Amino acid sequence: MGFLGPNAAGKTTTMRILTGFLAPTRGEAWVADYSLQNNSLEARQHIGYFAESVPLYTDMTVRTYLDFWAKLRGLDNDRIETRIDDVVDLCHLEEYVDVYIGKLSKGFRQRVGIAQAIIHEPEVLIMDEPTVGIDPIQVSMTRQIIKELGKDRTVLLSTHILPEVSMTCERVIIIHEGKIVAEDSIDNLSSLVGGSRRIRLEVKGPPDDVARSLRRIKGVSKVNLQGEYHIVEYPVNQDLRSKITETVVGGGWTLLSMEALTMSLEDVFLKLTTEEETER
Amino acid sequence: MKNTLTIAKKELKSYIASPMAYIVACIFLALAGVFFSIFSPSTYLETSLSGFLSNISLVLLLLAAVLTMRLIAEERKLGTLELLLTAPVRDSELIMGKFLGSLGMLSIMLILTFYYPILLVIFGDPDIGPIITGYLGIFLLGCTCLSVGIFASTLSSNQIVSAVVAGGILFALWFIGQAATFLPEALGDIINYFSLSYYFPDFVTGIIDTRGIVYYLSITLLFLFLAIRSIENSRWS
Repeated sequence: MGFLGPNAAGKTTTMRILTGFLAPTRGEAWVADYSLQNNSLEARQHIGYFAESVPLYTDMTVRTYLDFWAKLRGLDNDRIETRIDDVVDLCHLEEYVDVYIGKLSKGFRQRVGIAQAIIHEPEVLIMDEPTVGIDPIQVSMTRQIIKELGKDRTVLLSTHILPEVSMTCERVIIIHEGKIVAEDSIDNLSSLVGGSRRIRLEVKGPPDDVARSLRRIKGVSKVNLQGEYHIVEYPVNQDLRSKITETVVGGGWTLLSMEALTMSLEDVFLKLTTEEETER
Repeated sequence: MKNTLTIAKKELKSYIASPMAYIVACIFLALAGVFFSIFSPSTYLETSLSGFLSNISLVLLLLAAVLTMRLIAEERKLGTLELLLTAPVRDSELIMGKFLGSLGMLSIMLILTFYYPILLVIFGDPDIGPIITGYLGIFLLGCTCLSVGIFASTLSSNQIVSAVVAGGILFALWFIGQAATFLPEALGDIINYFSLSYYFPDFVTGIIDTRGIVYYLSITLLFLFLAIRSIENSRWS
């Protein structure tokens, strides 16, 4: 589950309420069938939390740090050992288990933070911007881990990086100024706001002729010329790429490149958060 | 209870791993040595620790403020408080764990001063009773000071602020008894009952006054309770 919103939309606050760090001034929060107001301890038992600032004790080694949290989460001593091995394995921290956290680089600290959040195998994992501030290779590694984790539990991922959501999440909630403005699967959301797939073509041939024949393909809603490129748009529920290729080749031109522009979620996001403003 | 011990153990370990605790312990022991050599034999009339113990009590106020200043303030600054408060740990378990951890460290330091009474026993014939009650008094006073320090530490994310607030509260409570001499007797008595220093001399002279024990324990519990409330309060801001 992706949790999207512009800065100061209330993402972190919502997550802090869900984890029991903050108390709601109104209403009630429920996680895994436990009320955070009445059964706070039980509810917290089922939650793993990766906080935005990646808080860690720098004077501990990775192993003692994980051991500390596992104990506080009420794990048995013999299970702690195996769980530490498991999460260290999953987060690729094998070489660093006995290194002091203060000596680790940002990316590794991030992974220690994730390891901490999943040490007790929580049903619900709440992650606040887990990929901010680390290098691209580590980002993709972290996303891989998140995807892996999402297979058998609920992951609530807050972010404002849109491709991250389309890569790791099945469903999205978009909030704006504290209110939910949309909640659906990614594909549905795109079509909801008239989203379309866009393909960027590089074709060797007279641009106008190419555009004209591309427009004749059934299903294509729009063809634009952008410099040397043709931007072809069509509804998300169709895949016209092979037809486009046939048309270009059939016209006697050469297709140099074809690239999908996955901007749809960004469009949805912008549309939803700005629509709200114009309405008011 | 298990959580309390886990946190206490972690705190004690991080004291032992940090240079700060060694510096504090070192200075404490050096001062203890100074007090022992200056105050104990100055009269050479008796082999007792009374001069040593009553002076070390003032150092204890500062020591407690310094030992406890990081306990919550640092967690707040690092953001680890967010994790602690979202773990299935009661606020009371958290505060008690911190308290026991710092009490462990204080106890280690006090135990290290045991060689002064041992010296007295070897080279003289001291009255053991007042030494034991004196240490009991120091221990109870230590509990109170640590609880005040922990409460002060919950108030801010700045360790210096915590230490200054703790020191302020402790010294105010210590010297408030002095004001009693200027006040009408009834009011003076009431103020004396609140003073940290009022019951302490009894312990040093070998008297175990239950009022003293009750006083130190109830002030300790009061500030631990305030610390728990203060943590709870941060969930609403």
